[in-house]
Amino acid sequence: MRVKDKGLINRAVPLRFTFDGRHYEGFQGDTLASALLANDVRLVGRSFKYHRPRGILTAGSEEPNALMTITDRAEPNVRATVQELYQGLSAKSQNNWPSLARDALSVNDLMAPFLSAGFYYKTFMWPRAFWERVYEPLIRRAAGLGALDKTHNPDLYEKAYAFCDVLIIGAGPAGLMAALTAGRAGARVILADEDSLMGGRLNSETYQIGDHTGQDWAAAAVSELTAMDNVRLMPRTTVTGAYDQGTYGALERVAHHIAKPADDLPLECFWRIVAKRAILCAGSLERPIAFPMNDRPGIMTASAVRSYLNRYGVAPGKSIAIYGNNDNAHQTAHDLAAAGVKVAAVIDSRADAQVQGDFPVYTGAEVINTTGRLGLEEILVRHNGENLMVNADCLAMSGGWNPTVHLTCHMNGRPVWRDGILAFVPADDAIPGLSVAGAARGIFSTRGCLQDGAKTAVQVLDDLGVKAQADVPEAEETPYQISPLWAVPGKGRAWLDFQNDVTVKDVKQAAAENFRSVEHMKRYTTQGMATDQGKNSNVGALAVLADVTGRAIPETGTTTFRPPFSPVSIAAMGAGGQGKGFAPERFTTSHLPSIQRAAPMIEAGLWYRPSYFPMPGEQTWRESCDREVNMVRTKVGICDVSTLGKIDIQGPDAAEFLDFVYTNTFSTLKVGRVRYGLMLREDGYVMDDGTTARLGDHHYVMTTTTAAAGQVMRHLEFVHQCLKPKLNVRFISVTEQWAQFAVAGPRARDVLNALLDDPIDNDSFPFMACGQVKVAGTPGRLFRISFSGEHAYEVAVPARYGESLFRLLCAQAEAMGGGPYGMEALNVLRIEKGFVTHSEIHGRTTAFDIGAERMVSAKKDCIGKTMAARPGLIDDDREQLVGLKPAGAVKQLIAGGHLFAPGAEAVRVNSQGYVTSVGYSPTLDCYLGLGFLKNGRARHGERVKMVDHLKGVETLCEVCDPVFFDPEGGRLRG
Amino acid sequence: MVKLVAKTPCEGLLPFSYGTVSLSEVTYDSLTSVAPFVGKNKAVADVFKAAGTPMPAVGRATGKDGQRAIWFGRGQILLAGLTEEGLEGLAAVTDQSDAWAVVRLEGENADAILARLVPLDLDKGVFKRGHTARTQVQHMMASITRTGVQTFEIIIMQSMARTLVHEFEIAMKAVAARR
Repeated sequence: MRVKDKGLINRAVPLRFTFDGRHYEGFQGDTLASALLANDVRLVGRSFKYHRPRGILTAGSEEPNALMTITDRAEPNVRATVQELYQGLSAKSQNNWPSLARDALSVNDLMAPFLSAGFYYKTFMWPRAFWERVYEPLIRRAAGLGALDKTHNPDLYEKAYAFCDVLIIGAGPAGLMAALTAGRAGARVILADEDSLMGGRLNSETYQIGDHTGQDWAAAAVSELTAMDNVRLMPRTTVTGAYDQGTYGALERVAHHIAKPADDLPLECFWRIVAKRAILCAGSLERPIAFPMNDRPGIMTASAVRSYLNRYGVAPGKSIAIYGNNDNAHQTAHDLAAAGVKVAAVIDSRADAQVQGDFPVYTGAEVINTTGRLGLEEILVRHNGENLMVNADCLAMSGGWNPTVHLTCHMNGRPVWRDGILAFVPADDAIPGLSVAGAARGIFSTRGCLQDGAKTAVQVLDDLGVKAQADVPEAEETPYQISPLWAVPGKGRAWLDFQNDVTVKDVKQAAAENFRSVEHMKRYTTQGMATDQGKNSNVGALAVLADVTGRAIPETGTTTFRPPFSPVSIAAMGAGGQGKGFAPERFTTSHLPSIQRAAPMIEAGLWYRPSYFPMPGEQTWRESCDREVNMVRTKVGICDVSTLGKIDIQGPDAAEFLDFVYTNTFSTLKVGRVRYGLMLREDGYVMDDGTTARLGDHHYVMTTTTAAAGQVMRHLEFVHQCLKPKLNVRFISVTEQWAQFAVAGPRARDVLNALLDDPIDNDSFPFMACGQVKVAGTPGRLFRISFSGEHAYEVAVPARYGESLFRLLCAQAEAMGGGPYGMEALNVLRIEKGFVTHSEIHGRTTAFDIGAERMVSAKKDCIGKTMAARPGLIDDDREQLVGLKPAGAVKQLIAGGHLFAPGAEAVRVNSQGYVTSVGYSPTLDCYLGLGFLKNGRARHGERVKMVDHLKGVETLCEVCDPVFFDPEGGRLRG
Repeated sequence: MVKLVAKTPCEGLLPFSYGTVSLSEVTYDSLTSVAPFVGKNKAVADVFKAAGTPMPAVGRATGKDGQRAIWFGRGQILLAGLTEEGLEGLAAVTDQSDAWAVVRLEGENADAILARLVPLDLDKGVFKRGHTARTQVQHMMASITRTGVQTFEIIIMQSMARTLVHEFEIAMKAVAARR
């Protein structure tokens, strides 16, 4: 229920929302949790395993119980304590059927004695096959949290980078004070806080700072910081991980709190923040007490009760009892009493506790049971040896405070136990460049936090060479007194981990079964393995483990906290990678005219290249491909080859450099001529091939294959920088500068001469010539090279003219019965000629294997030469490049099929090779294949059996020379 | 006599603006890469100086609108709108006029757009006017130069112009939507 005149909510702005279909009203400034409590809704979910009725336990991101699905965007597992209320919000409870109050699977709770830790491992062992088919699906259906929506996620996510001198994580008293100190000194500051309202506990408590309430002081600090240019405030931003070199991951909730976000507004933004220094001011989290039946709706942490009262103006019950082991818990009773809420009792486990107030006080007492099926009704208190019933619909418990050490553990730092506060504090220098201040390192008074924030900021700034001054206001400094209280013995289950349903009994059982290491206990019981990462249960569970194993808590140790601090959606981490963000698209200059011709595109690396150019009446790609092959062989074809890598190489030592990277010699190449070259890796295997043209004495242009352009460039840099640093040579990619088109076929020269300012003939431009030309008035380059085996050229113009030239070339070709051809035809044409691509030079073949060992010059050294001469790499028994033709009834060849002797069984050990490329040759009217076969060059004319085990195809083949068509090369020179 | 028709990389894609920021294509008369040969740095620097645009140091750009010399990576300078006269024999000079798409991002909050795409600290106090970097825009290699208080020139391979525009459009819309 609401409490009059309390809280930071805006009562002038009521907000309607629904929960499980019922309508409620809250106010601006509410969280979904506070609004539900204001409407006296206590039952908000069912537990993971036992389907126990559960209520709101906390008021922060550590919430284990109040996980809901926000149906507006079908987002599961949203913590109601974090979700800000907005107009029209619609939430649904999870893990129940048919309804939250009457959940059929709450039968699990009756089975609890049989479902304790280790139950699955022991029970579902037999029969073995049942695990995957029966048990696991059943268990998975019974257990669980929210369900994922399987439709496409329409929400936008963003990622962004930020940089600062000082990153301050958490905007409570320590964080605000640190930010003020650093901001006033002029440092670049980022202050990130997971809450929408900065101030941390100050907004939830009734402390005074100087002459102001804590809430007012926090608001004033935030407005001072907002006015500073050098300070960036990042509310709703959780720093989720600490990484190397001062890098932090942070998740900003950008639109979760907006009723109707703008179309382009991302839902979340994942920040990568690089900070010279960071100060962790993440505060601390209150821990529950493991007393019997401590999980009923209405039982929550004491600090949460104060948050709901002081920040949201909500009393979470009509009659509230308080149970704790420390003085801090008493503040809850005082705040409630001052607000006029009935305090049913204050129960303090310490016999010597001092509590003054107009309410019943039981010191040296324990809560030993509770009642209330769907919400707390009564608590059973043992006091002075007697049991007494206290009527309460809310119990505020406090087992002490745990500093929020999580980020300091992200690089394997182990927190250190401090007896005085019965808690772990961060180890020093656990994260390089990260300091810890305030409650996060166990300083629990407001005054202490303010001073520590300021002092730490001054130190950090001093490290950075910035002078700063601490100017700290006065505030309370109540000593924090606490006695151990971990688990209360008694009948009934005492929950440690609410989210994974782990009880004190489970931990004890783990120890009894010799899972005594904290890491083993964790995995055996699943304590701390839920989405809250054990924030509420970790210390309690290991205290129980320490107790039953007869060890001290520090000796027992902790498990490891890993990123993220709180859950991060995969969509946020992958932001920017959705749809076309996955990878850049590279388009050739002829893309538009190709699309206009309805050419389907095929990806080649990042490039998009046309597969074929369909003509009216053609039903299949094969028809188009066959036509294009015939067109090139009989008339002329045009193909965009701009995607091939082009590297401009200049310098007095350019020739020497090329001789070293290529197996063959380029220093002897005449200016105005082109040569085919083969390049090896250092290990002697073939890396790439291509043609290189000599444009001047000290000037070459190398072409690479499309796929290996980047690799070859990197290789050249490596060779130059590391192996031949003294060579006076420079190179740079010019792939993007030139639009280059193959013009191939008997009429190629006719097409070109229609466009060249100065026509060419066979004498002025013989096979393998190159030179500068003018194409329709534009300076360009012409290379007489051929990847089709036909009389062919490649003509290049600056890229801005690419589209125009492609259109002109196509028009000229079409006038002669030709036209454009795509990748499919290009592939068939080169297979007919036995030219290799990366299907053959796939990284596991040598020059010897592809029949090019004579291209490795004996007269000079080159990269890979020595290694390629290793005995194992030149054996006749190696698989060598061969051509394959169908020779039996089956006419199909399939790339990837393996080769066997005709009579041999088609099993792995009998494999003699494999097929790398196939195509149907309209020229020769049969399938042709290239492949590798043991001792293949000596076996031309033999028969082998190709078997594709996946497709179930078996074809008898004739082994032949890989050059099927025009082996003399007469057509090239014609 | 037929003539070839020129088309710029971002033709039909730019300009546009969202919120306070606009993105437009920049067309320089020429782009030329200059890589001084061994021992010729000084001689090349002298040519630059004589031409009125100092040779840029690593991470710097010199010149003015329409005429810039931009550090372009190890041992490389990109002349944008500047002639390469006098460099013959001193440096490898390569025409790159058509290789790159050049765009200008301009307006209040321009750095907020780049903070979504570029993993570098481009704050005005760190990455000042005349500073340049070879870095990445999302997955694309890029050259970024701050040419004014709220102005950046971004250079990307021309074949990726569409992706460049697409990425900027998303980032610009998202930033505009936050205001």
